Amino acid sequence: MSGAASGYLARHAHALVSSAGHLARAPFATLFTVLVMGLALALPLGLEVLVRNVRAATGDFTGAVSISVYLHAGVDEQHARQLGATARSHPGVAAVQLITAAQALAQFRAQSGFGAALDALQDNPLPNVLVVTPAPGATGAASMESLRRVLAAWPETETVQLDGDWVRRFNALLDLLHRALLLAAGLLGLGVVAVVGNTIRLEIQNRRAEIEVTKLVGGTNGFVRRPFLYTGALYGLLGGLTALLVIGVSGLLLQPPVSELARSYGAEFALRGPALEDLGLLLGGSTVLGWLGAWLAASRHLARIEPGAG
Amino acid sequence: MIRFEAVAKRYRNGREALGDVSLHVAPGEMVYLTGRSGAGKSTVLKLIALLERPTRGSVSVAGDETGTLAARRIPAFRRRVGVVFQDHRLLHDRPVYDNVALPLIVADSSLREIDKRVRAALDQVGLLGCERSLPSELSVGEQQRVGIARAIVSRPPILIADEPTGNLDPQLAGEVMALFRRLNGVGVTVVVATHDLHLVRASGLRAIVLERGRIVPNEPSGVLPVIEVAR
Repeated sequence: MSGAASGYLARHAHALVSSAGHLARAPFATLFTVLVMGLALALPLGLEVLVRNVRAATGDFTGAVSISVYLHAGVDEQHARQLGATARSHPGVAAVQLITAAQALAQFRAQSGFGAALDALQDNPLPNVLVVTPAPGATGAASMESLRRVLAAWPETETVQLDGDWVRRFNALLDLLHRALLLAAGLLGLGVVAVVGNTIRLEIQNRRAEIEVTKLVGGTNGFVRRPFLYTGALYGLLGGLTALLVIGVSGLLLQPPVSELARSYGAEFALRGPALEDLGLLLGGSTVLGWLGAWLAASRHLARIEPGAG
Repeated sequence: MIRFEAVAKRYRNGREALGDVSLHVAPGEMVYLTGRSGAGKSTVLKLIALLERPTRGSVSVAGDETGTLAARRIPAFRRRVGVVFQDHRLLHDRPVYDNVALPLIVADSSLREIDKRVRAALDQVGLLGCERSLPSELSVGEQQRVGIARAIVSRPPILIADEPTGNLDPQLAGEVMALFRRLNGVGVTVVVATHDLHLVRASGLRAIVLERGRIVPNEPSGVLPVIEVAR
């Protein structure tokens, strides 16, 4: 490595260590800033983890949602099977069950108690029915409606009936919650930027003399800004780690009552923490937010500080 | 090396610090800038170091017209002008080594170059061995010498000093001025602002005398004009 390159890396390392030193020398101020950021970041991630756990616990009630396609009376069983195969090839469909007119009549005869009356009928009045089960990822309201339209558009279709409205409403609620937490994540992210920006602004004021001397000997705005950017990034990283700690501790505290609840339904359920990619996203995102807050504050305030000869 | 043409400087508060000042300092020359407090000495130095821009007139330093120099070129310009302050302007939470190394660090010098030059500069001011000391652990004279080491470490072609001996006893003041003479001896252009007329007269060097923001002409004999200087 060339001398210039090693010098460049060494100066960045020096700026990083220097920034860490500044944070360590003001432990209480650092702690409170990091706590505020950690709690702000923990809220959206915690909600995301909650939504995922609810989805995992309910399996999106996939099996409880289906679409019944009542075919015209003139559609025979073989044609109904072909239509079933066509429906099965749709990407949003997990399974298709054909209930033939004969099966339906037999079932009705067994369950209704009108056996004798049915014997009087010369023809089976019931149609062939396809029961379409959507794929696990296609149980949302929009996906179901899209699938319903496809099936209703067949000329052989008499009518289409969506089953399990409550499940769709439940999933719509989870979708709404998911969007709300994305919005909350965005707003709280802005809050993190503002907290770091204000902290860096105060830091710049406290180190005004040092900044003046650095500019006096030829330091560029970029050079002067560097340690503040590292400070912001460190705040973000520490805030992200604090958020993980909050979520981890919350998970530990909630696991016993969740297990108890699951057992009362005769099931076993263990809370799932954030996935590995979530951890990367949280720590990377919080670091970038901290850096961004510092960059905004430093760019605004450092340009105003110019050395005077006294 | 340094040329002022009909320079005026009025600060934002309306005070006129300089009015119609023209002067010239040749490359490799050492001159004194003297006059009573408020005469405009510090303003002249600020204009040389581009800490201020002239309100009127032209200031040329090492080929750069400071009145119109683009903001992005100011850092590079300042690296060519070493500045020594009466109050040292040291970073008190950093050791001597870091203080002196600062101009080289901002200039992206290599670590080896920084180490070599910092030790050489400290050796020049007689502070080799004090690298790890904090400025607060040094005497006022030593702190002044750290400030000088910082000003010369990047070997700037121009060195300006604002009352560099103001806080020093006569012996230390003499040592500091001898150091400036040595630097001047190797080609550095030196401008020293002082109100110590005895120092100026004893040096035998050219002096530019300011009074109320204007240059006072020297006597034909070269003898300094008689002015009352506040001590």
